[in-house]
Amino acid sequence: MANQHELPVVPFPVAANAPLQNAQLRKNLGKATHAIRAKRLALTAELPDWQDLREAGKRIKADVMRHLDTYLLQLEKNVIAAGGHVHWAADAADANRIALELVQATGSSEVIKVKSMTTEEIHLNDALASAGIQAIETDLAELIIQLAHEPSSHILVPAIHKNRAEIRELFIRTLGEETLSDNPAELAGAARRYLREKFLSVKVGISGANFAVADTGSVCVVESEGNGRMCTTLPDTLISIMGIEKLVPTWRDLSVFLQLLPRSSTGERMNPYTSFWTGVHDGDGPRTFHLILLDNGRTNVLKDEVGRQALHCIRCSACLNVCPVYERTGGHAYQSVYPGPIGAILSPQLKDMHAHTSLPYASSLCGACFDACPVKINIPEVLVHLRGRVVADKQASDRLSDKFAPENLVMQAAAKVFLYPHRYEQAQRLGQVAQTPFVRKGVIKHLPGPLAGWSAVRDTKAMPKESFRQWWRKREKPASKATHE
Amino acid sequence: MRISLFIPCYVDTLYPETGRAMVRLFERLGHEVTYPEAQTCCGQMHFNTGYQKETLPLAHHFADTFQDADVIVAPSASCVGMVREYYPYLAKEHADHDLQTKLEFIVPKTFELSEFLVNHLNLSDVGAYYPHRVTYHPTCHSLRGLRVGDAPYTLLKHVKGLELVALPDAESCCGFGGTFAVKNAQTSAAMLADKVANVLVSKVEACVAADNSCLMHIGGALSRQQTGVKTVHLAEILASTESRHAHG
Repeated sequence: MANQHELPVVPFPVAANAPLQNAQLRKNLGKATHAIRAKRLALTAELPDWQDLREAGKRIKADVMRHLDTYLLQLEKNVIAAGGHVHWAADAADANRIALELVQATGSSEVIKVKSMTTEEIHLNDALASAGIQAIETDLAELIIQLAHEPSSHILVPAIHKNRAEIRELFIRTLGEETLSDNPAELAGAARRYLREKFLSVKVGISGANFAVADTGSVCVVESEGNGRMCTTLPDTLISIMGIEKLVPTWRDLSVFLQLLPRSSTGERMNPYTSFWTGVHDGDGPRTFHLILLDNGRTNVLKDEVGRQALHCIRCSACLNVCPVYERTGGHAYQSVYPGPIGAILSPQLKDMHAHTSLPYASSLCGACFDACPVKINIPEVLVHLRGRVVADKQASDRLSDKFAPENLVMQAAAKVFLYPHRYEQAQRLGQVAQTPFVRKGVIKHLPGPLAGWSAVRDTKAMPKESFRQWWRKREKPASKATHE
Repeated sequence: MRISLFIPCYVDTLYPETGRAMVRLFERLGHEVTYPEAQTCCGQMHFNTGYQKETLPLAHHFADTFQDADVIVAPSASCVGMVREYYPYLAKEHADHDLQTKLEFIVPKTFELSEFLVNHLNLSDVGAYYPHRVTYHPTCHSLRGLRVGDAPYTLLKHVKGLELVALPDAESCCGFGGTFAVKNAQTSAAMLADKVANVLVSKVEACVAADNSCLMHIGGALSRQQTGVKTVHLAEILASTESRHAHG
């Protein structure tokens, strides 16, 4: 499906170049991520059982994945029993078609939306637009990037890359607000005037779901602004699109995540608005409720025992905020709906791995994401696991450019050298001699080929004349210890 | 105690002074030091880059080389992390039961230098002398991988003459990440620039760490920018004494 938000996928290092050069962006991102980091750390530190909560979150999610079939059917049964309708969507096209038909059946040409990663994942807005239906984002940051015709750059704070001055200019241009300062309250006021009219007139609301409780068939959205609650309560028809991994068995399980999520995402003890709905009720809220359960690659991820923990994600974005790579490149460099460390492990698995082979490498494996993750997803482990899959795929490929890629050849050769001490020592001695033409005053200033990027900003120390092992053999050993060599 | 040195390939080749410091330090502390000469490379570069099939024989080679060791100590948190964390992962992932069996002996006795000294030998003062102003960069693999905690700080604080200065934003990754620094050279350089700026703010003579790999990366930039600030491995500081004072 053609759409404005799906950028052509280029390798991460290439896509990262432009943002890395953008000083304003680096400043905006650095300031925002450091502020959220500090808040998160302060609030997680005040809970004595924080580590236990993380462990509980991890175990509940692992249990959900193991018994997903049972819980999904239980959820379906309970949603229907409460007067809702349930639809199953195998992929994005399926989900978009179902949603479009449901909107068309109401006769409405507009829908108001709760901020939702799932609907971004399937590019619902574009699918609706191509049938003449306008989707209006009501989350302030989501509205900002919708008006700017830009993709999101953060899971929770989609406009994190923009500052107040940039938003003021945008609102003047798109909302016709001619006298506007960059005061945050005034900016929010402009958005409120625009959105209030939509809340009161549009007949269809569309949401994602943070959680659904299988036990009662209840759906939950967690948000800060209250605009989401407007969308889930005011329209006649509510359509919720939810990834099949988002459910929890019971309300008791949910209590764990409602402690983990706000602290990890916005650095709050509790988020301002947590909305639940269970089917429909006369005289209260929407008269029709549809739940679309989306697979879109998730059952494939489930098959991978290491990779499946990516499905435990509760979209808090703590991993983005602590990631030193994300902090420098921003979200757009990941070229996927899910950016940052979680995007680097989720996007290659959900979509075609070949489209995102550079993402598992977009990490220094520093581990900050693993420490921050409220459900203990071992992101570094999944990253190296996926790197293994990328390499194995290339090595099994029929394409000569994959098989004979310089990296593959070098790695194969190096592995054969390292396997035998005498070969390793020969290579060492060869290096000691071969480096001579490159060495100036004990350092190497320029390296060739793929190492040029390394030597662009670093001197490399020359190999000394004597390796450790050469020294070890020559040294005078205490007599009693010679037997152990 | 008989200590078997695990000297990672790049330390053996590029930083032999760190290996020599390990020998001096442990012999000074009264231990017997061995260096199994069959050792080569633990395979971390291969593994982290996705070449798991190629890493497996290297893991076997490591386990075979050190099978008789009482304890294995390395001046590298990341290579120790490879052995302790990712060898078992690799064995499981490739259903290599032979390797799993070998690892049962190897994994529990492989240590990074600072954790070995502080947590296993219960030392805080190793009798070192290093009269310089330094800052300590906690490498990611020591901090979040092995979780060596305060061990390096404890050791440094007891070094005579040493002035330890706090490094701003110390826990942020320096941007090395092995082949990450080559594959994502620009991002790595951006992370490095911030780390170097923080080292310079601390106005020290040297930046210390428990991994020469990160120091190669940080030191490379300190050298290129002609800052005059050096990088020194923790082992070299701990090996330094009044009678034998390693560089300045």
